[in-house]
Amino acid sequence: MTTITSAPVREVAPPVGRRAIPRKVQAFTFDDRLSLFGSLASSFALVTIGYDHLLDTSGIVGFLVCWYFVFLLVYAGVLSMSNTRALVVERLVTATLYAVAALVVFALGSAVLYTFFQGWHAFVHFGFFTHDMSGVSPTAPLSQGGILQAIAGTVIEVAIAVGVSLPLGIGTAIYMSEVGGRWSRLVQTVVEAMTALPEILAGLFVYVTLIVDVGLPKSGLAASIAMSVTMVPIIARASEVALRIVPRGLREASSALGASHWKTVRKVVLPSARSGLATATILATARGIGETAIVLITSGASSFLTFNPIGNPMNSLPLFIYTAYTTHEPVAIARAFGAASVLLLMVLVLFVATRFLSREKGVAR
Amino acid sequence: MTTATDEALIQSTADGQIMSGWSERAPSPRGGARLEAIEVSAWFGQTQVLDDVSLSMPPATVTALIGPSGCGKSTFLRILNRMHESVPGAQLAGEVRLNGEDIYAPGQRVTRARKRIGMVFQKPNPFPAMSIADNVTSGLALTNIRISRGDRRGLVEDCLNRAGLWREVKDRLGAPGSVLSGGQQQRLCIARALAVEPEVLLMDEPCSALDPTSTRRIEETIAELSSQVTIVIVTHNMQQAHRVSQQAALFLADERAPGGIVECGPTEQLFSNPVDPRTADYVDGRFG
Amino acid sequence: MTIVGNGSPQGVQITPRLPRRLTPGREPSDWIFHGLATTVGLSVLAVTGAIGLFLGYQSIPTLRHYGWHFFTQSNWLPELNQIGIAAVLVGTAEVALIAMFVSFPLALMFALFITDYAPPRIKSWLVSAVDLMAAVPSIIYGLWGFFLLQPHAIDVARWLSQYLGWLPIFHVDTDPNAAVWQQSSYTGSAFIAGLAVSMMAIPLACAVMRAVFDQAPLGEREAAMALGGTRFGVARTVVLPFAKGGIIGGTMLALGRALGETAAVLIIISPEYLIKARILEAGTQTISALIAANFGDATTSQLSALLTAGFVLFLITLTVNTCAAVVIRRSRSGASTDI
Repeated sequence: MTTITSAPVREVAPPVGRRAIPRKVQAFTFDDRLSLFGSLASSFALVTIGYDHLLDTSGIVGFLVCWYFVFLLVYAGVLSMSNTRALVVERLVTATLYAVAALVVFALGSAVLYTFFQGWHAFVHFGFFTHDMSGVSPTAPLSQGGILQAIAGTVIEVAIAVGVSLPLGIGTAIYMSEVGGRWSRLVQTVVEAMTALPEILAGLFVYVTLIVDVGLPKSGLAASIAMSVTMVPIIARASEVALRIVPRGLREASSALGASHWKTVRKVVLPSARSGLATATILATARGIGETAIVLITSGASSFLTFNPIGNPMNSLPLFIYTAYTTHEPVAIARAFGAASVLLLMVLVLFVATRFLSREKGVAR
Repeated sequence: MTTATDEALIQSTADGQIMSGWSERAPSPRGGARLEAIEVSAWFGQTQVLDDVSLSMPPATVTALIGPSGCGKSTFLRILNRMHESVPGAQLAGEVRLNGEDIYAPGQRVTRARKRIGMVFQKPNPFPAMSIADNVTSGLALTNIRISRGDRRGLVEDCLNRAGLWREVKDRLGAPGSVLSGGQQQRLCIARALAVEPEVLLMDEPCSALDPTSTRRIEETIAELSSQVTIVIVTHNMQQAHRVSQQAALFLADERAPGGIVECGPTEQLFSNPVDPRTADYVDGRFG
Repeated sequence: MTIVGNGSPQGVQITPRLPRRLTPGREPSDWIFHGLATTVGLSVLAVTGAIGLFLGYQSIPTLRHYGWHFFTQSNWLPELNQIGIAAVLVGTAEVALIAMFVSFPLALMFALFITDYAPPRIKSWLVSAVDLMAAVPSIIYGLWGFFLLQPHAIDVARWLSQYLGWLPIFHVDTDPNAAVWQQSSYTGSAFIAGLAVSMMAIPLACAVMRAVFDQAPLGEREAAMALGGTRFGVARTVVLPFAKGGIIGGTMLALGRALGETAAVLIIISPEYLIKARILEAGTQTISALIAANFGDATTSQLSALLTAGFVLFLITLTVNTCAAVVIRRSRSGASTDI
């Protein structure tokens, strides 16, 4: 079969002494660069002089905002001396979009870095991760006590919630997209509606029914159930999307080989949608980990380490952060930031896992 | 159309590796099964798309179904292995007999009929989550057939050989099917269909998404397989139908009327000496 | 070669040309599979539907007891039997609208930057940044807003009230020009809570917008470029009109999230039950923060009142989300994958 594809190809020797170098297209010329940096510098100078002396204002935010607007004006003036109107608009829009991108990235970065920076005070104490807060006053120094009970609580509560909502969510998605039937439209509508349920309301629902009406104690299990109420619709909907984009041709190919419907779903549809399903699950898990409103209402805060999710209150990281914050004690707030850093780390690990899974293509062996 | 060099190339490959590759195994004694469609009509919802189509497809023969788009030939093909009923609202009348046995009879399992009557689709569709080797044996995994590891390896090689793909992929059986070119993917799909040892192989315009070289390779594969299984191929390409088939059937549909067979018979006769004037018009390209 | 009829005895039998009944002869495993999937689907339907009905049912006694006053009374004083959500509804709307006012332009421009302006090297990083932003827990944004943002935001708030105080919404009941200005009048306001909530609204809106921008037909993009259009010209004439539905839908999705946000709001605002337009001034309240603050020592009837408030919030977010879904769905014309 090689004989078919191989046609005689005459080797063309490249001309000696000349190597092809890719040319730079769309170059930002020296002139462009000069007008950009020139405008930045002159507007900075203008605002430095004007801001504090002429205007009766202060503050770094105001300074940056003024500098930026003056920069846009100067830049527009400089550009319009030698360019067409369309190009001036294009450059101004570009400058604006870069500024917006920088602002958003800065806001995100500052939130992440500030949390870790503030959490560092607690992080340097090893006991912070290995002790609980039983018998330790909230105002005790950071060398005493720790957040082990909150870490354990978050892990247990989220594990139960994922254990409940993953089979239910993916099962519902399979029902909606693969099996179908008379009720599937209604299931779809209701599941979509329930993704709009505010978390606090899911928590209040479990509180009213299980804790007030049935009389169960506040517990990790109650929090897990409330989390499941919010997670099942999210997982079901995202998984349904992941299943629907599996091409119809694959299902047909499988059934044309004589596969039963179950085998088609199990061996062809689910593996093809694997990365989408994993992403849906991990994002829902990340949501569950950060869920504050629910644990605030349903789980109760314990200061001691417990692995029992049923009979007693169970602390968790978001709840610990919130209660520590409400004391307004500097030490407690340092602990809150320590816990927030751990929470953020957990989310980051899951996030990296998602990236990794969605990037992975081909065959797992 | 066929240039001298092309002829020579086909010749050289035909007596070359591929032939010796699969000729070692004993060719199937029956050469496939007899498939008969008897008075088949089909509907989508209220619209009738096929009316009273009868056609016999004997063993070890390639039958080409030709005709313009929308005349029901693909629907007919999908009726032959019960893929038709997977479309919501699809209905049919008549019978399809595999070696005299109605595959639509009550008590006949859909999965059994589809396993005995394999299908290759218009666009190549290897399973993206499986390797090349797993794709070949996927039919076994999907129909609960267990196979030992050693047998599996032999089966992969045998099926890929019969589909004319072995030499190109033997060093990367673990790679995903998506790394192959379109023509290779289509031959992988043929190998996949062969692995469950079907008695009939249906092909729905298997070359329409491929370039001429790949098309030529598929046609060779069809020629080699024709002694082993019954083959039914839908094609828009007159020359292709002429080249690969021993018998042919022309489908036509009048506007707003269901489609049906206008003429069928040995390919040579249909192309050189058609009975129906519409056939003459169509094969000469004055129609549709 | 005989082709038609083929001599088999049934072949010549005249069958009426009517559809025959198909008996699919399903595998036993498929019966189990279909049964199981249907059971899961219907039980999820039953449970989630029951929750919705339960919430609606629970609010009947409250609405019967307080009647229309539940929506016009602004105080939440259970001990005086004065319960109403007028003020918290306004507060919820204010916080959400401020969040949208900030996040809409940022999300739109950031999405456009990612799809059309960013150098290819950093594009995938920016996409990740948006996803990460969505994954950060809201309580972290609460802490960030309270400790890092608020000290700077009150400067801006003071400046706004100084120069634009004649507008009712920027007015603050204190002397902005005092030599030592009253910082506590500016903290815990709807404005600052809205800024923190916008951090959660941006990634949601941005993700939807970016996905839709990316779908803008390449042909039309290149056609506009081939006519000598600048990147902004292409964006204005091709991308933005194409993505109108996605822009609206993504914004509404973010609005739904902003309305229901609890933790960040709870940390930042100082609770106050007053209907007021002064968004820069300390004190406001939202429905979810109201529930979080009051469920602990509530009696059964007060819990019912809280549930009713929550149900009203649910109805609002449900409406917003449904509209968003409809708009987004309509904007994606025939985007399908086929093999």
